Amino acid sequence: MSVVFSEKKLNRVKELVSHYPDGKQKSALIPVLHLAQEENDGWLSVEWMDYVAGLLQMTPIEVYEVATFYSMLNTKPIGRYVFEVCQTGPCMIKGSDDIIAYIGEKLGIKPGETTKDGMFTLKKVECLGACGYAPMMQLGKNYREHLTKEKVDAIIEECRKEARQIKEN
Amino acid sequence: MPLGLIMAKIFVDNIEYEVPDGKNLLEVCLSLGFNLTYFCWHPAMHSVGACRQCGVINFKDENDKRGRLVMSCMQAATNGTRISIEDPRARAFRAGNIEALMLNHPHDCPVCDEGGECHLQDMTVMSGHNYRRNTFKKRTHYNQYLGPFINHEMNRCIQCYRCVRFYNDYAGGKDLAVFAAHDDVYFGRQEEGVLENEFSGNLVEVCPTGVFTDKVLRKHYTRKWDLTSAPSVCHQCSLGCNILTSERYGGIRRILTRYNGDVNGYFICDRGRFGYEYTNSDQRIKQPSKNTDNSSQPLSTEDALHDVKDSIFSKKNIIGIGSPRASLESNFMLKELVGENNFYGGIPKRESDLVHRVISILHQGKVKTPSLKEVESYDAILILGEDVTNTAPMLALAVRQAAKNQPREKAYALRIPQWDDAAVRESVQGQTGPVYLLTTHHTKLDEIATKAEYAAPDDIAITGFEIVQQITRLSQSANGDESSQSFTASVARDLLKAKKPLIISGTSLYNTAIIQAAANIAYSLKDNGKDAGLVYAVPEVNSMGMSMLEQKNLDDAIGRAKEGGVDAVIIAENDLYFRVDRDIANDFLKNCHHVLVLENLQNETTTKADYILPAGTFAESTGTVVNNEGRAQRFYQVYKPSNEMRSSWDWLNEIRNSISGVHAENFDAVVDEMIKKYPELAKVKSVAPDANFRKGTQKIPRETARYSGRTAMLANINVSEPKPPVDKDSPLSFTMEGYQGVPPSPDVPFFWSPGWNSVQSINRYQTEVGGALHGGNPGVRLLEPSNENKSGYFNQSTEKFSRREGEWLVIPFYHIYGSDELSVKGPALAERIPPVYIAMNGKDLEKGNLKDGDHIEITFNQNKLSISVKSENTLPEGIAGLPKGFKETTGIEFPFWGRIRKV
Ligand code: SF4
Ligand code: SF4
Ligand code: FES
Ligand code: FES
Repeated sequence: MSVVFSEKKLNRVKELVSHYPDGKQKSALIPVLHLAQEENDGWLSVEWMDYVAGLLQMTPIEVYEVATFYSMLNTKPIGRYVFEVCQTGPCMIKGSDDIIAYIGEKLGIKPGETTKDGMFTLKKVECLGACGYAPMMQLGKNYREHLTKEKVDAIIEECRKEARQIKEN
Repeated sequence: MPLGLIMAKIFVDNIEYEVPDGKNLLEVCLSLGFNLTYFCWHPAMHSVGACRQCGVINFKDENDKRGRLVMSCMQAATNGTRISIEDPRARAFRAGNIEALMLNHPHDCPVCDEGGECHLQDMTVMSGHNYRRNTFKKRTHYNQYLGPFINHEMNRCIQCYRCVRFYNDYAGGKDLAVFAAHDDVYFGRQEEGVLENEFSGNLVEVCPTGVFTDKVLRKHYTRKWDLTSAPSVCHQCSLGCNILTSERYGGIRRILTRYNGDVNGYFICDRGRFGYEYTNSDQRIKQPSKNTDNSSQPLSTEDALHDVKDSIFSKKNIIGIGSPRASLESNFMLKELVGENNFYGGIPKRESDLVHRVISILHQGKVKTPSLKEVESYDAILILGEDVTNTAPMLALAVRQAAKNQPREKAYALRIPQWDDAAVRESVQGQTGPVYLLTTHHTKLDEIATKAEYAAPDDIAITGFEIVQQITRLSQSANGDESSQSFTASVARDLLKAKKPLIISGTSLYNTAIIQAAANIAYSLKDNGKDAGLVYAVPEVNSMGMSMLEQKNLDDAIGRAKEGGVDAVIIAENDLYFRVDRDIANDFLKNCHHVLVLENLQNETTTKADYILPAGTFAESTGTVVNNEGRAQRFYQVYKPSNEMRSSWDWLNEIRNSISGVHAENFDAVVDEMIKKYPELAKVKSVAPDANFRKGTQKIPRETARYSGRTAMLANINVSEPKPPVDKDSPLSFTMEGYQGVPPSPDVPFFWSPGWNSVQSINRYQTEVGGALHGGNPGVRLLEPSNENKSGYFNQSTEKFSRREGEWLVIPFYHIYGSDELSVKGPALAERIPPVYIAMNGKDLEKGNLKDGDHIEITFNQNKLSISVKSENTLPEGIAGLPKGFKETTGIEFPFWGRIRKV
């Protein structure tokens, strides 16, 4: 299977590359990986990473280094809802370990895994800058703060409900 | 301390020291002999401040009682610097840091190959961290298959980043990287496979833990403390990198870098490190023998000497053939034995002429040849005709460092200290300074080249001569050809702009004009006031030494034998079938009538010998070899074999004794005889201490103080422990007893210092970190240009290459794994030899209706070779490239014209 960007996205890549000096096209890597991720259900397959490497004249191994480093870049397929629970100091002190364990138990998955029905992915991430509201997680574009087991239950239910609604429509 | 250095007063735990101003503080502390822990800092790759293991307390002044924690590797030592290594807070920090680094480190020292020479073990003990509180489950990783050389065990990683910094930043590797983040960081390849870089073996020494270990050692593993080791010199190319060779139970177990601040520094190449397995080959000749066409009869040493006297030395015209892979002493003894007029250097005329040309240029020319390490200090480089990565690998590594010099100047101008590696690299942004390549085809250094051009060998020489004209033109007229973008103009401009331009060339294309053109360019730079350098790579470890002893060559011997002037021949460590065409070798040996061969491995020449004597390889011999720089270096026998293998000079000395009663008492006596006859070799005497050198009354032990099993290892043969063998040829002993301090620099058999069991103990053998070894770096240069030399320029005598209809000029292609005669005979290295091929330009292939992988037959002289083609579009049309020294191409004399036909 070979993967390619649409004309429009390619123009966007060109524009991103133009932000950097000549010969430094590599610098556009992260935004271009985000573009690729959008094309591929939120994760980066080897094909996509190799394609991006070609676009930016890098070796694939350099792309893998970056893609595996950032928690915002996924190198495995993800579920419809991704719980990115902060595990850094302040959140940890406020009980993020328990929250992670609880979510895992409830969904029957370990951090880094996705439920069989493709609904949920659990990830541990580093500080998201919301330490004052610890423990917290990111879900889609939103932060969910002051997490408790009850709140987690409610969030999971909310997601399921939303998914059902979308299906029904 | 070198003169002219600005010194600074610093205080370490309230004691005052004088140190070079601005030097790195960690380096300074180590040079002063302090036990300060570190991981990420490396003496050749400097500081990045990543591991936090080198913390010390820094005080503002003597009134500052509190101080603050700093990383010593990220500080400069300047006047008034005040630190404490021993402050309890610093100690606690370092112990705590190592505890954290080791959270996930397995408890597997007893089964880890690094154990006993592990920097992590040493640092843990040194830091005082001795109890693990971590009771949690450790994270684990999968390990990768990395090829025949390196073993991977990722769980042991402490994330110091040294591996990727060496492999990628220092050595230009592309297939090792670091993946993921926080406690999951992974150092490896993108997928399993061979680590491709030619210097990958250095990871074994660079990695402070057991992640990357020596896979060849693993096949016959022995702990460092159980090895018998000797200072040695790599015999696998002409650079003569310094190595430590180690033995146990009568077999060579491994090779490590022997630091030499003038030659190879902290590193060696993979051919040198892993190419020793031929010494353990079952093809080794271990006993003298008498051979006829269909029988081989083993002989005792006495009988062999007796027989040789009767059946060889009863003949009238006895000639000797020396060898570029035999020591000076062995070549000399053979020459003594057969007489001046009857000795021949063991290489064909074509090669011999080139090596002699190089010697005369280095000797009578006016430009200095720098040492391998000095190459790193040049700031513009032109390479003429040499694929250095494959013909002299460590020279390529040096060129890669030199290429960083000009861009780094910009970083230094911003007052970034030289040791601040991360900052220097950040400001350099991967740029390289002027490196120009003029080769026959694409080579690996192209990736760092400012410009690479490809041409036929003769055309390389012609372009070289044009560069000289450009240099003259540019320097004579203020408004010279400033704007021309031509290759020659750019080269000339950049060489003239540089502070220290360097010309690199070599003998690999068998082209005299290239050698002369390189000399002319260097001369003209020198005449323009430049501090120019000139480096030639030559074919083999002692090509220079043998040629200094002898003008005559193999073709002369072949001619003489053909005319019936030979009744017997003695060949020392030389497979003639590796050097000349099979028919020529056959005829020659037949024309010589009686053949005595001293050799270490069976080969085609030994199958034709009447008598064979087992010669030691570099591992079982002592001797001196002269590298491409003209540096004479001593290598020592590692162990006493239980069989009859010994140095060729030793055999020849015994033969001389049996026929004439003249006997040199030991190695030194041979050297004395040699320098008396050849005063130009007088300096060989001072290469290393005499055999009677003692520290106090003691010899230098080849075995470590905790060597084990001595009383038991031979118990299956004899329950009483045998008396250790005596080494009459060197100040080294074959025991564990003896002088325990730092030996004279040429005689260091292993690096060890209390508390420092790993290779990092090298710090303790240097006058300052990264500097010369105590007593000066080993080796003595025999060739120095003199200022009186007004050597003239060479005339350009070459015609432009013109292709011939229906014929191809076949030139040698070199392979680090494959082109060297002996290293290919070990299984690990043999795995890396590519399949044989013939390379041609795609256009030529098209014309011949050929495509990649097709089989062709090439005809030359009376030979035929069937081989598959490979397109190499950088190779000029009309030229074909054939790997040198492969099984299928052994004995081929390059270059030659051949006809090619599709089959
Ligand atoms: S593999 Fe070795 S060199 Fe590389 S980071 Fe880990 S410990 Fe350091
Ligand atoms: S560069 Fe040459 S001398 Fe040095 S280690 Fe490699 S093969 Fe040996
Ligand atoms: S530590 Fe969790 S958001 Fe900062
Ligand atoms: S050695 Fe100083 S931080 Fe690693």
